[in-house]
Amino acid sequence: MSFLNYLVSGLSLGSIYAIIALGYTMVYGIAKMLNFAHGDVIMVGSYVCFFAMMRFELPPVIGVLLAVLVCTILGIIIEKLAYKPLRSAPSLAVLITAIGVSYFLQNSALLLWTSNPKVFNSIVGKGSVNIGALSISYVTLLTVGICVVIMIVLTTFINTTKMGKAMRAVSEDKGAAQLMGIDVNKTISMTFAIGSGLAAIAGVLLCSAYPTLMPTTGSMPGIKAFTAAVFGGIGSIPGAFLGGILLGVIENFAKAYISTEFSDAIVFGVLIIVLLVKPAGLLGKQVNEKV
Amino acid sequence: MIKSVKIKDRIEKSVLTYISVTAVFLVFFVMNMTGALSSKISGMLVPICVYVVMALSLNLTVGIMGELSLGHAGFMAVGAFTGTSVTMMLSDSVSNSAVRLIIGMVVGALFGALIGFLIGIPVLRLKGDYLAIVTLAFGEIIKSFFSNIYLGTENGSLRFSVLQNNLDLSEENGKIIIEGAMGIRSIPKTATFLIGYILVMICLAVIFNMIKSRTGRAIMACRDNRIAAESVGIPVFRYKITAFTISAAMAGAAGALFGNNYSSLVASKFNIDTSILILVFVVLGGQGNMLGSIIAAAALTVLPEALRSFADYRMLTYAIILILVMLATNNPQFRSFFEKLTGKLKKNGKEGGHES
Amino acid sequence: MSPKEYIKREPLMPQPATNFIPERDIHKSPVIECRNLGIDFGGLSAVSNFNIAMGPTEISGLIGPNGAGKTTIFNLLTKVYQPTHGTILLNGVDTHNMTPAQVSQAGIGRTFQNIRLFKDMSVIDNVLVGLHYQIDYGLGTSIFRLPRFFSEEKKAREKALELLSIFDMADMADTKSGSLPYGAQRRLEIVRALATDPCLLLLDEPAAGMNPMETEELMENIVRIRDMFQIAILLIEHDMKLVMGICEVIGVLNFGQLIAKGTPDEIQSNPAVIEAYLGKQKEE
Repeated sequence: MSFLNYLVSGLSLGSIYAIIALGYTMVYGIAKMLNFAHGDVIMVGSYVCFFAMMRFELPPVIGVLLAVLVCTILGIIIEKLAYKPLRSAPSLAVLITAIGVSYFLQNSALLLWTSNPKVFNSIVGKGSVNIGALSISYVTLLTVGICVVIMIVLTTFINTTKMGKAMRAVSEDKGAAQLMGIDVNKTISMTFAIGSGLAAIAGVLLCSAYPTLMPTTGSMPGIKAFTAAVFGGIGSIPGAFLGGILLGVIENFAKAYISTEFSDAIVFGVLIIVLLVKPAGLLGKQVNEKV
Repeated sequence: MIKSVKIKDRIEKSVLTYISVTAVFLVFFVMNMTGALSSKISGMLVPICVYVVMALSLNLTVGIMGELSLGHAGFMAVGAFTGTSVTMMLSDSVSNSAVRLIIGMVVGALFGALIGFLIGIPVLRLKGDYLAIVTLAFGEIIKSFFSNIYLGTENGSLRFSVLQNNLDLSEENGKIIIEGAMGIRSIPKTATFLIGYILVMICLAVIFNMIKSRTGRAIMACRDNRIAAESVGIPVFRYKITAFTISAAMAGAAGALFGNNYSSLVASKFNIDTSILILVFVVLGGQGNMLGSIIAAAALTVLPEALRSFADYRMLTYAIILILVMLATNNPQFRSFFEKLTGKLKKNGKEGGHES
Repeated sequence: MSPKEYIKREPLMPQPATNFIPERDIHKSPVIECRNLGIDFGGLSAVSNFNIAMGPTEISGLIGPNGAGKTTIFNLLTKVYQPTHGTILLNGVDTHNMTPAQVSQAGIGRTFQNIRLFKDMSVIDNVLVGLHYQIDYGLGTSIFRLPRFFSEEKKAREKALELLSIFDMADMADTKSGSLPYGAQRRLEIVRALATDPCLLLLDEPAAGMNPMETEELMENIVRIRDMFQIAILLIEHDMKLVMGICEVIGVLNFGQLIAKGTPDEIQSNPAVIEAYLGKQKEE
């Protein structure tokens, strides 16, 4: 494969990371918590879509919509049951709870659907577009396209709608937002709903590109997407997009030119270096504790 | 109404911990000697010691230093691979297996400390969630490092290669030790319950004696309020790295004990699931509570084996325990509910206690 | 420090004539001296041209409206923020390049406006953390519990109890500090700062949240601390009775600038101060 082909597949992987990272970054920006379970919501979304398409033979579009719906509800439920009671708790407690939720989802999936990998049929055809030596599969085109669309819609939503404004207000100052009449709980729920809905889309795209589906499918991409969000500057939407794309490309190049076994280690190494040089990430802003 | 909470004297608590650990050890040691234990239980005695030490070590980081490490299995891996390699290399020159094991554990602890120190330098400059995620990243890097290295000896010299087996060991004099993803094989089982117990006691003594000293107070001060600690002259970073290095050394020693307890050792064992499992011990036993960690680690290591049918639900149960313990200890409503409950029990227990 | 940074720093200025040291200390060299001290946050000047000098046994006050930059000055002195302009001399030594921990070891103790205790530790442990550098044994000595550990710990505990007894808190030694009442928490913060053996004590609103009786007691205690330890005390306070009652010199800050400096009597009649507090009166 040529350099360009690696670049294109890196962009495709990066787009998936970017969509997942958007969920992390929005939740972090508004609820100031690291939703460790986000990666496992991806997995749930993929299973829902898988069963809708394979078992009930529904058209792919319905499958995707169903996955989005289920994940949105799941996100809201998780937030209500596990995170909302800990709004004022130290961040260590919230993080441990989130890890608990992540393991809960993974192991529930293990009991429900067993650890046997399922072969996921792509939601679009197998074909590809050829431009000279470069061949781009439909899945890649779709993934990159959807990522760009999501990015544009989300930015517009945050900047122009009333809910978007409320989200920005809550992320700046929860207390002040509440005094201005913003329903903080509703805003946080909404954020989780959007993030989880995006996770479902990311899950379907992920499984279309890499067609094995297992209960642990979401965890590694989840961690890497979080890495991407931190890389770009957590809390920043363009940052998540940039971080996701960069990370996907870096990972693919590492696989192609250095070593497949070490690609994960290289990705994490990049995260560590970025955090040391720019502790707030590429586009994040540094917040200091007030004395 | 002024409510004053008396802090229990830690010396008393440490003595209680030493006594109960020793008592339980003696009972099981004698039972094991006389053959009263089933082979399944006696085979779990060393792993229990290993996980107890891992829980104590992580509790030092999470409970005393107040930072979350999600890569603790990585330090265990460092100790396991270095310690076991050393015992394998010494198998010809040192005949006494206990001495070999102890050398292996010391080497494991030293390498654990070294790696902990080196990783601590960048990691401990970060805060909170960032710190946690970077320790996770380092844990994964260590794991993939040990799955991709090859180590062997030939005529007393070391041969080492990364990614591919380029050792070119000769048939008669060469001996492969670490073989990439297959790890270390045909390890002589030298770990014993007695040495495991001694390791637990050493770790306990180090932790308790450190907590109740100027070093321990400085570490806890940094945990409670970093800015205030600096304002009284405590160099926060130096104390954090001290605690982190000691914690990593303990994990290294535990790893070496672990490695020498099985006939084969693979790096994939030390994944994030293992790190999380150890975190569950710490959280369930109570952050900063050493006896709690010991009980949680021992109980949760034995239970799934004792209840075979329970094994499928093990991780699910752990997840639920993790969430519930966090909600119970950190949610104001939950907490006041539990406080009322325990308050009532205490009142019933002893009349007219001095609690106002 | 890079050479470039070094050039950027302003040269030492001659001691400004506006500095004021009480008669008692006039022949001694000042314990702290700020020359042209200032800090910018993102181009916005929070404090600028701040000049003071304090005698080694002086009690001074810093007053001014909210947001005038009083706490910022404390944060500059203790290096929580690095100053962008000027020099701080502590006993004649430039504190440039020092970390907050080093400044504390060099002799500045402080309390915080929003109380910062080690909440999960006992009262005496809070003080023992303050005594950290007066306890002389290493990590190995404590792990092996060598005789030196016990003798040093005993000495430190006695010292801590002695310090606590200044505020009659010795009987609360084993209480968890987070569960103390508000006033006691403020007092414990002062004891903890005193434990570091400072030559300058910075008190950030020590009377906040105290009732008049407690404030009265605090005033006596501040003077007593100065007399006992022979140290300088700089305090920020909104309670004018306290400030006017015990401070020998008062500085008034407004918009990050020192607008007046002098004895309590001078300050009370200074038109610039009245304007800063009450606004400009309309010409009739």
